[in-house]
Amino acid sequence: MNGIIAKSWEAFGEAVIRDPTGLHARPAVKLTRRAKSHHAEIEVRAGSAGTWINAKSPNAVMKLKAGNGERLYFRALGEDAAVAIAAMVALVEQDFDG
Amino acid sequence: MAEPMREMVLNGVAASEGLAIGRLTIDRNVAAGSRRAGSPIDEAMALDAALVQARRQIAALIEAGDQVSADILEFQQALLEDDDLLAPVRAAIAAGAAADTAWSTHLAGEIAAYRAGDDEYLSARAEDLFDLEQRVLRALMGSVARAPVPDAGAILVADELTPSRFVELDWSRLGGAAIRGGSRTSHVSILARARGVPLLVGLEAGADRMPDGALAVLDAEAARLVVLPGPATIEATRRRIGERAVLDRTATAAINQAAVTAGGERIRIYSNVDDPALLDNLSVDSVDGIGLVRTEFLFHKGHLPDEAAQFDAYRRIVEWAKGRPVTIRTLDAGGDKPIAGVTEDGEANPFLGMRGVRLSLAQPALFGIQLRALARAAALGPVRVMVPMVTVPTELDEVRALMRSAIDALEAEGVAHATPSLGMMVEVPAAALTAERFDADFYSIGSNDLVQYTTAAARDNPALEKLADPLNPAVLELIRRVVQAGESRGVDVSLCGDMASQPSLIGPLIDCGLRALSVAPAQIGRVKQAVRQHAGRTAAA
Repeated sequence: MNGIIAKSWEAFGEAVIRDPTGLHARPAVKLTRRAKSHHAEIEVRAGSAGTWINAKSPNAVMKLKAGNGERLYFRALGEDAAVAIAAMVALVEQDFDG
Repeated sequence: MAEPMREMVLNGVAASEGLAIGRLTIDRNVAAGSRRAGSPIDEAMALDAALVQARRQIAALIEAGDQVSADILEFQQALLEDDDLLAPVRAAIAAGAAADTAWSTHLAGEIAAYRAGDDEYLSARAEDLFDLEQRVLRALMGSVARAPVPDAGAILVADELTPSRFVELDWSRLGGAAIRGGSRTSHVSILARARGVPLLVGLEAGADRMPDGALAVLDAEAARLVVLPGPATIEATRRRIGERAVLDRTATAAINQAAVTAGGERIRIYSNVDDPALLDNLSVDSVDGIGLVRTEFLFHKGHLPDEAAQFDAYRRIVEWAKGRPVTIRTLDAGGDKPIAGVTEDGEANPFLGMRGVRLSLAQPALFGIQLRALARAAALGPVRVMVPMVTVPTELDEVRALMRSAIDALEAEGVAHATPSLGMMVEVPAAALTAERFDADFYSIGSNDLVQYTTAAARDNPALEKLADPLNPAVLELIRRVVQAGESRGVDVSLCGDMASQPSLIGPLIDCGLRALSVAPAQIGRVKQAVRQHAGRTAAA
C-alpha cells in the first residue's frame, strides 16, 4: 500500500525488454513471481515518464503495455531492496528465461 | 402442408479448418446478481472459497494441458494471487456487497480497461480476465451453474469462448465450435489450430438466436455455419468429411518426407511465415527452409518496430531454420494491407498505387532500418531478402544501393553483418515478361497479385472469383517465362503465393517447370502428398 508520506526508495535499476512480443503474459507472470520472492516493496514503470506500479501485481504489470525495446525502471524499499533490484534487472536482461 | 424448414446460413471467419455435422449445444455465460448478500464475513469467506476452488481447477488444467495453454492459465492463476486486484473486491464486500456482485463489478472494470486502447495483445488478454471472472462466478454459484455435458459430436456455439473453458471441454466428444467473438489471432483460435478443432469465429449471429439442439453443419473451410441443413448439404458435407479424413491420414504421413514426384524429381518445399508463433508447431525437418516471411506482422502493433525489434524477430526465425535458407520479404504495405503511419490514405486505387517497394523507396529512412536489421540477421545464417512489387529494373538497383550503404554503415560501426542475397518477388506482369533484365539473385513468384494483375480482377471482389483464375493460360505462361529467365541467368526460382498451398494446383505448377514452392504451414503435408502423386514434368516441354 502506498503511504501518503513520500517514501525514500533505497535501490534502483533498469533494463531493456528484448522480446518481440514485449512484456506479454508469460514474462509478466515471471516478473511478478520474482518480485514476490523478495520482502522488499518493489515498483516498476515502463519508460522514464511512466507511472510507477506494484511489481508484485500481475494485473498492473500487464497493463504497463511494455513493448519490445522499452526500458523498465525498478525501485525498491526494504531489507533486501538491493538484492531484489539486482534480481529484477537480471530477469529482464536474461529475456525472462531465468 | 407445413413448409419445410429452410436452412439458415451464418457466415464467420474460419479460425481453424475442418468440418463437422452435429447438434448445436449453446454454451451460456453466467451473470452475477443471483446471490443474496450474507454478512460481510460470510461473503468474504464465500469469495475466498471460490478463489481457492478456481485456483485448484486451473492447476488441474495446467497439469493436463500443453505449453500454449499453460502460459495463459499461469497468467490467470497469478491474477488470483494478485492482492492489488482483489483489494477493491474485498473493500466492496466489507461495505455490504454480495460476493458475486463485488467480484463481477470490479472485474468488468478491469476487462474494459484491457479492451480500451489499440493494444491488440492486451485486448486479447481481456479474454483471460473474462475467463477468470466466469470461473470464480461459477464457483460462487455452486452446482446450479455447472454446464450440462453436451451430446457426442455436438457443435458448441457461444458468444464468447474463454481459453480455460476451451481447454476443459472434451474435444474428442465435440465436433467443433462457432463463436460470435474472437478473431483469428485470439488465444482460443491458436488453441483450436494446435488441436485441429474446427472453429469459426466472428459469427454473424449471437448464440441466443440459435435453436439449441438443432442439427447443423460447421463448415470451417467455407467459413459458415449451416443451421437446419437440407439433405443435399448434409450429403455434400459427409462426402467432404470423408475426403478430408483420407487426406489428413496421408498428409500426416507425408509431412516429414521429402517431396519427390512419381517421376523421381525432387521439389523443394518451404514454409511461409506470417506469424512466427506458428513455427513452434512446425518441425524444421519438414521443410527445406522458409520461403516467405511476411514482415508486416512486425508493424501491426500500432507502432513501427525499431532495428533491435526487427533484428530480434529475424534472428529467431533464422535460428529456427538451423542453417536452411530464410527468405524475408521487405515491408509489403499498401494495397489491401494499410499500415498506419506508413501507407497513404485515400488512394483512388490502392492496388495500383503506392505499395511494396514503391512505398519503401519513398520512405528511405524507414526502409533503411529494415535493411540494417536484415543485414545483421544475415550474419547468423543464409538470409535472402525479397523485394515486393518490383516493376522495372531500376527499382531493384536502387534497393541494392540502399542495402550497400546500410552495410557500409554497419561496417563502419563494427556491427556484425553479412551481405544477404537480394531477389525480387515477381507479381507484376511487366516484371514477369522481362524478368531476365533484372539484376535479381533469385525470383519468387507472388501468384496472388500476378493473377489479379493479369486477369484485371480484384482479389477482394467475390463477384470476380471465377475470373481471377490461377490456371488462366496467361498466368501459366508468365510463370513459365520467369522459370526460363531463372534458368538462363542461373538463379533460383520459386513460387510463394496461395497457389502453392492448393494441392490441386501443384501439378500445373510443376508442369510450368517450378521446383520450389513456399507453402502455408498447415498445408505442407497435403502439398507434399500432391507432389508425390504427380507424374513429373511433362515430356512435351
